[in-house]
Amino acid sequence: MRIVVAIKQVPARESQLKLDGPGRWLEEGELSFEVNEPDAYALEAALQLKEQQGGEVVVVCAGPERAQSTIREALAKGADRAIHIEEDGLAQCDALAVARLLAQAISAEQPDLVLTGLQSDDTGSGQTGVIMAELLGWAHATLVMAVELTPDGLVIKRELEGGWFQRVALPCPAVLTIQSGINKLRYATLMGIKRAKSKEVRRTTAAELGVPLESQLRLVALRAPQRTKQTQMLAGSAAEQAAALVEKLKFEARAL
Amino acid sequence: MSGILVIVEQSGGVPQRIGLEALSAGHALGAALGQPVRACVFGAQAAAAARTLGGLPVIALEHERLEAYTADGATAALAELIAAEAPDYVVLPHSYQVRDYGPKLATRLGRVLVSDCTGIVCDAGPVRFERQLFQGKLTGTFEAGPAPVLVSVQAGAYRIEAVPGEATVELRRPALDAAQIRQRPEPPFRETAKAVDLSTASAIVAVGRGIGEEGNLVLVEELAAALGAELGASRPICDNGWVGMERQVGSSGQTVAPKLYVAVGISGAIQHLVGMKGSECIVAINKDPNAPIFEVADYGIAGDLFEVVPALTAELSKAKG
Repeated sequence: MRIVVAIKQVPARESQLKLDGPGRWLEEGELSFEVNEPDAYALEAALQLKEQQGGEVVVVCAGPERAQSTIREALAKGADRAIHIEEDGLAQCDALAVARLLAQAISAEQPDLVLTGLQSDDTGSGQTGVIMAELLGWAHATLVMAVELTPDGLVIKRELEGGWFQRVALPCPAVLTIQSGINKLRYATLMGIKRAKSKEVRRTTAAELGVPLESQLRLVALRAPQRTKQTQMLAGSAAEQAAALVEKLKFEARAL
Repeated sequence: MSGILVIVEQSGGVPQRIGLEALSAGHALGAALGQPVRACVFGAQAAAAARTLGGLPVIALEHERLEAYTADGATAALAELIAAEAPDYVVLPHSYQVRDYGPKLATRLGRVLVSDCTGIVCDAGPVRFERQLFQGKLTGTFEAGPAPVLVSVQAGAYRIEAVPGEATVELRRPALDAAQIRQRPEPPFRETAKAVDLSTASAIVAVGRGIGEEGNLVLVEELAAALGAELGASRPICDNGWVGMERQVGSSGQTVAPKLYVAVGISGAIQHLVGMKGSECIVAINKDPNAPIFEVADYGIAGDLFEVVPALTAELSKAKG
């Protein structure tokens, strides 16, 4: 079977985020980037399915030139080839605009299954996978914890609220958005990194795909969130901080 | 046509809290824009849920193919309703269900959902939507495109307000044929009996990624013991299997509101915050002074948890004498 995994490159989790001059996006100069964590779990799920069933895992990623490093990492982990939709300025695009690009590239691959993370760690709209499914005309399931192939499609286990789960049967092709933490991520081996260098990365653009980059949602301001509470930050050495906290919890908050 | 249409999520004839919060958001938007508000509920016993919503027109969509939720069924039924009613705004709760069908519904209507909003600003100028970016580290303000504008509101962003009066309920049967619905859902199930009920704990010490490795958990367990607190954890810690899933706090785990909540090495992603921000007193210990957890904390210690936590445990033991 052919599985396409849509991955995104995002600022590393530990990054200190600084706004750019006009306060419209981030100062990217000092940031390091990594694969969006839920997408890493989607890739791992795809690699495990391939190991069971045989077939091919194709990675598709929309992003600027720097996304190459994230694509190479996916190839080093075991993806067979990649498509890089190389565009700057996608950060200003809404989920529909990006999903249109991805869906157009994926459609040509005629996959049996499309996997992606349930949301991105940067914009967190949690929509790209579901929108792709609608654009492609395929069934989808979200918050997927486990995937099992059946003779007439698949059965997935999805997470519901409050500790509930549900199994859902779907026909293929289907788009699944994968919950974080459902499997154990593999590391790229030295051999894998070596092999990745000779794997195909096909570069394309929005223009080549014939998809206009049009967004309905417009980001008009970006700022640090307002504190909803007056937080007392306790200073000093660890021992001083601990003593001050116990004092405050006892006599001010009366929480002890 | 114009107006505000609120989709209120319900289960077994009872509206969900998050659905009633969306209704409050819809009423606030309607009042600011001077536009009428109506609501829609769908699924089994939709009419019963509709009658509880107070004084506004409510459309109850009932159909045997909506009894078990599917994204395909919900999308088809609501797309038909929105096309017929032509509202300017459609307000939805940002529930697990809406995360599943909301983006699909918007796409079918040629729109993009403004998802997981924490606020809708309607002063002078165009209506603007606020939502969190970068795991809550930044807040973005957005303007949407042409009507209908679809927006989902985050749990806890709006307070539930009882609306006086009687709902005017109109029962409708959407056109749904079997071929439209491709998902075949089985009944929901629970993995393990919930052995721990964190919602009744008076104090909770919760641990997150900052703890680094499983062997370090003992530090947090000692602190919990010194406080007489239950142990809780953020999602990644439970995913790793270091702490049982039944102790997970957040949107996919339990919602808690103890007297004291101590967050250790938890940065405070939205999904965690919605599960604990109602706590009476919140203490955050994290090495990153800009971590969003500090926005909801009463007391913050920006420092190395491996130094601060043992010091705190020692101080508490000393205080007890």
